[in-house]
Amino acid sequence: MYKGQAGMWSWLFHRVSGLAILLFLLIHIVDISMLSFGPTVYNNSILLFDQWEVRLLSLSLIAAIFYHAFNGIRIMLIDFWAKAVKYQKVLFAIVLVVTVALLIPATYFVMGPVLSWFIHVPVASVSH
Amino acid sequence: MSRISTGHGPRPAGGGFETFSWYFFRVSGVMLIFLVIIHLIIMHVTNDVSCTTYMFVSMRYANPFWRLFDWLLLTLALTHGMNGLRVVIDDYASSASARLWLQSIVGVLLLVFFMLGTITLITFQPVPAALQGAQCVSSFTQAK
Repeated sequence: MYKGQAGMWSWLFHRVSGLAILLFLLIHIVDISMLSFGPTVYNNSILLFDQWEVRLLSLSLIAAIFYHAFNGIRIMLIDFWAKAVKYQKVLFAIVLVVTVALLIPATYFVMGPVLSWFIHVPVASVSH
Repeated sequence: MSRISTGHGPRPAGGGFETFSWYFFRVSGVMLIFLVIIHLIIMHVTNDVSCTTYMFVSMRYANPFWRLFDWLLLTLALTHGMNGLRVVIDDYASSASARLWLQSIVGVLLLVFFMLGTITLITFQPVPAALQGAQCVSSFTQAK
């Protein structure tokens, strides 16, 4: 197997995360279209998103979104700033660190409500 | 081949669709960063996803700003993503017939999902009976 360096992996993850996000988007457009079928149907589809398995999938989607966005910024820096290509490996490291760092609060918000039986986690509620 | 530095990275300079596509990824990408971050905060941080019920949507969509916001998110994400899928297929499909079929599917998917999303956003009118409905449907959060 060809052991590429940061540039190859960053490209590969960018492509894979992009395709994963696109697949989710198509599913999401369909589930939101359930609105046209009225509150009972729609609220039942919301219940699906509450299951811990689906919340875990949502969290991995959020990870994909973070990576794709931050690496996208890195790509634009390389495109528009002449010096950035020298720092592309450092920038990739920063992208990975920021992605993981932001995943910590994301895990709290997405998995928190499911874990409240395990640790008491204050749950955000609809505010008016 | 030596080249006098342009001060920026290489880019497709032909001026055709590929040049447009190159810029489109970057411009739509920047806009999407803001749209998606706000969308995630609304759906997961300031509310929990189990509280994004029919009532929640009715209240948001009472204000046309949110319909437009969501429509912008829909359009930009769908075109950004489908353009990406087009590039991926371009990389891997070599026979002319495979390219024709696969790229046509990309175009059809784009059209169908854009129409479905736009129609949902435009035609949503809350059912009056639902306006006294549940605000959170989960067994984890307090039923309200």
